[in-house]
Amino acid sequence: MPPARLYYIINILLGEFAIMKVVIMGCGRVGARLAGLLDIEGHSVTILDTDAYSFRRLAPEFGGTALMGNGVEEESLKKAGIEEADAFVALTQGDNRNVMAAQIAKHIFNVPRVLCRIYDPLRRELYNTLGIETFSPTTIFAQMLKEKLEVEE
Amino acid sequence: MYIIIIGGGKVGYYLARALLDEGHEILVVEKDPDRNEFICGELGSVCVRGDGCEVATLTEVGTGRADMFIAVTGDDEDNLVACQVAKHKFNVPQTIARTSNPKNETIFKTLGIDVTVSSTNIILEHIEKEVPTHPMTHLLDIKDKGLEIVEVKIPPNATTIGKAVKELKLPKESVLSLIIRSRKKPIVPTASTVLQAEDQIIAVTTPESEEALRTALRGS
Repeated sequence: MPPARLYYIINILLGEFAIMKVVIMGCGRVGARLAGLLDIEGHSVTILDTDAYSFRRLAPEFGGTALMGNGVEEESLKKAGIEEADAFVALTQGDNRNVMAAQIAKHIFNVPRVLCRIYDPLRRELYNTLGIETFSPTTIFAQMLKEKLEVEE
Repeated sequence: MYIIIIGGGKVGYYLARALLDEGHEILVVEKDPDRNEFICGELGSVCVRGDGCEVATLTEVGTGRADMFIAVTGDDEDNLVACQVAKHKFNVPQTIARTSNPKNETIFKTLGIDVTVSSTNIILEHIEKEVPTHPMTHLLDIKDKGLEIVEVKIPPNATTIGKAVKELKLPKESVLSLIIRSRKKPIVPTASTVLQAEDQIIAVTTPESEEALRTALRGS
């Protein structure tokens, strides 16, 4: 067991941290990395992808569940344990797929915390006003690069 | 009416053609350049190339003044998002989405799409109507009340034949409205009406107690 994990598990036992049950849709670079980070901290993670080959991105010591399935289908989400989940994160390459899955998680399964990646900044803005926590890597990264450039070395 | 159609596949194309014939102002949004060229060639300049989920494209085609917005691409999630953008960003009064997965019909309704059409469900309903052995047929949905009108046929081997209506374990939400017996006039059932083989029963029920109603009427 990695020492970091042991540290978190001890803290969970001491009641310092609460364990979350998180369902992640999309095992790309970001999805796999997030799954690893949460898993090391002792959270219960289930990651969904339509392509089993994507699970190669998960670290060998990943202790969560990797499940083949489509996050825009109710059955796959149920299999992933969406009904008991504390949080759902949509991270596939398709904005619309993310938006649809996030809305199903929020409005059909009443998941308390739903995060959704939307590349298109305008669509992100719209769904933010519709009550989903959305993030546009386009906006965030462009802004960050601009700020970097403005700071003199 | 000004009607915008998202998706210039077969459904989108024939829909546009039919609506143009009825004299409506139509605009089709299609990503694929070949499909775009084909539709413009056949129907005149009624097709714009673009992504129907993008606010920029929808602004360009004047979605703000559209009376109706129909999304008929092959992907359920694209149809959902296109309709939601039209509804919430451009306040289009009527949005219609096509779904392939029949389960999405209820999901889309919950998410605010005005009308959802699932071709899979339509075909299934036809099969239910046409196949006489099917135990229960949907006749009508009373959408806003969460009720439906169904027809149940009593087969010759049903264990409930000879029983009176009051002896049946009907679910609370179901009401038997009418019994049709072959070549006789319809009967409004009372508590003492006795079931006969080949009875056609018209009942009002909630979708959830459908199964319980079927079992109560036909026995297990």
